[in-house]
Amino acid sequence: MELAAPLQGRNQDVDLAARRSARSFWRIAWRRFRRNAIAVASLVVLLALFAVAALGPAIAPHDPNAVNILLPHGEPSGEHLLGTDESGRDVLSRLIVGSRASITVGLVAMVIAVSIGALVGSLAGFLGRWVDAVLMRFTDGMMAIPYFFLVLIVVAVFGSSFRNIVTVIGVTSWMVVARIVRGDVLRYRSFEFVVAAQALGASGRRVLFRHILPHTVPSILVAATLGVANAILLESALSYLGLGIQPPQASWGNMLSNAQAYLWDNPKLPMYPGLLILVTVLAFNFLGDALRDALDPQAREGGP
Amino acid sequence: MIAYALRRLLQAVVLLFIVSVVTFALIHAAPGGPAVLANPDLGREQIARMSERMGLDDPLPVQYLRWLGNVVRGDFGVSYSTVEPVPDLIWSRLPNTLLLTGLALVIAIALAVPLGVLCAIRRNSMLDRLVAGFTFFGVSIPVFWLGIVLIVLFSVQLRLLPGGGISTLGEDFSLVDRLKHLVLPVSVLVVGNLAELTRYTRSGMISVLGEDYVRTARAKGIEERGVIVGHALRNALVPVVTVIGVLLPRAVSGAAITEAVFSWPGMGRLAVEAATTRDYPVVLATTLTVAVVVIFSSLVTDLVYGYLDPRIRLG
Repeated sequence: MELAAPLQGRNQDVDLAARRSARSFWRIAWRRFRRNAIAVASLVVLLALFAVAALGPAIAPHDPNAVNILLPHGEPSGEHLLGTDESGRDVLSRLIVGSRASITVGLVAMVIAVSIGALVGSLAGFLGRWVDAVLMRFTDGMMAIPYFFLVLIVVAVFGSSFRNIVTVIGVTSWMVVARIVRGDVLRYRSFEFVVAAQALGASGRRVLFRHILPHTVPSILVAATLGVANAILLESALSYLGLGIQPPQASWGNMLSNAQAYLWDNPKLPMYPGLLILVTVLAFNFLGDALRDALDPQAREGGP
Repeated sequence: MIAYALRRLLQAVVLLFIVSVVTFALIHAAPGGPAVLANPDLGREQIARMSERMGLDDPLPVQYLRWLGNVVRGDFGVSYSTVEPVPDLIWSRLPNTLLLTGLALVIAIALAVPLGVLCAIRRNSMLDRLVAGFTFFGVSIPVFWLGIVLIVLFSVQLRLLPGGGISTLGEDFSLVDRLKHLVLPVSVLVVGNLAELTRYTRSGMISVLGEDYVRTARAKGIEERGVIVGHALRNALVPVVTVIGVLLPRAVSGAAITEAVFSWPGMGRLAVEAATTRDYPVVLATTLTVAVVVIFSSLVTDLVYGYLDPRIRLG
């Protein structure tokens, strides 16, 4: 809250009131979220996954890269709960360690995408005029290129290190966030409290960061959650094609491409990593959808 | 309408220009330049001579204009790995991709429109909820994994359909054989696109059903069927046309991955192979060709949209 000098003394009260109403907004949202069984289940699944990814090798029953030439395509047993792959490596251990690639790529790429998208969107929406026109045409242009081919070029040129993959996915998936933020900024720019802040002499930067952007947090949160889902899908696709995480380091994607080579010997092998990708992405998508319901029930697609 | 068409055409050209600059700049940002020069068998003088002959010493804008001039004349150079002229490679692959993507899109639209309409009319019914659930799976399932699962099921276990390729080796071309090879990859792509299209048809239909003219049509005593098909659907389909334009880049990306799964000799697989071997001329050419196809198709959908809805071209 930006107030003129004579009102300085009351500034704190107003700030406090604003913070309290913000807190109750999140509390109400949480209450709504909690009632959604699928959403809570998704959250639990994801927290469990985060824990597994964080612990990684510490909870893997075997060394994920330990080869056992005596036991290729081993059946599930007490020793190897999900069996072994073509080189006799423990499938469960590789799945556990492989979760790290998906989760980290998904989260880091999302942070990059949200940062770029929020920056572009808020600049376009707040400054308007030619800045808006140029930035939004650029956004449209980026959306028109089949992003998969863009990713291919970058990987071909710069190689497929972990850093490159994350950067590429982040840099090619900010457009949706930019559009959402721009729409929100445009909407809130004409609200009374923003006009009031401007009338009280708040600088453009303060109006944007203090008064407008906080209102875009809910929709950014939703877009970010859905963005993680897409980033995980893209990473697994790249690794599957041999352009992502490189073997022997395990990732769900490259485990799938390995498994495809031995479909006739071991048709069960591709099921585990694929199901894990599906469950993870599904959980992120359910979570994003539930967040949208909880944070802005009016925005529900198709109306009441 | 002509002014609108010209404006869209100009935008498409600008878009293509941006795409060409971005791809060209990316390729030339490669550390150490094109991979041919990184050949350890070459001496320093040979590298210098080659790089001069290839014009790599000129300033980047000059190189870009020369490259653009060649590209406009259809000269994409030769593939680094197979030494074939790049356009020949593209022309041998592009029809396969168009067949796969086109067929999948047509089937997806044919299924999505009636499904979306039904869901809109019977909102919150069993069917609607079922479709909503399926939509989540549709956007969450990794297409390449779905492909593998179908191969395991129909090729490995049931032995009904071929698990990859475009025709049976050593057999002459036959329509049945081609169709058999199409079933699995097309099914994968239909699942990928169906979810989104259904959702858009549904929400387009729901918003149209609330319009005044729909109420008027009902008030005039037109039977419900006529209201839905004659009045509502026509207008609900207008936004669906644009969604197809928006969906296209993603459909093409999905097709590229699907091609890799099923060893389908199309543009996507070509691009993946080229990216793996760092075959720059081929990577550049595939990206540009795909971009041209996509931009051209969305231009067409935009023109159709503008034709169907005057508000768009005048707005």
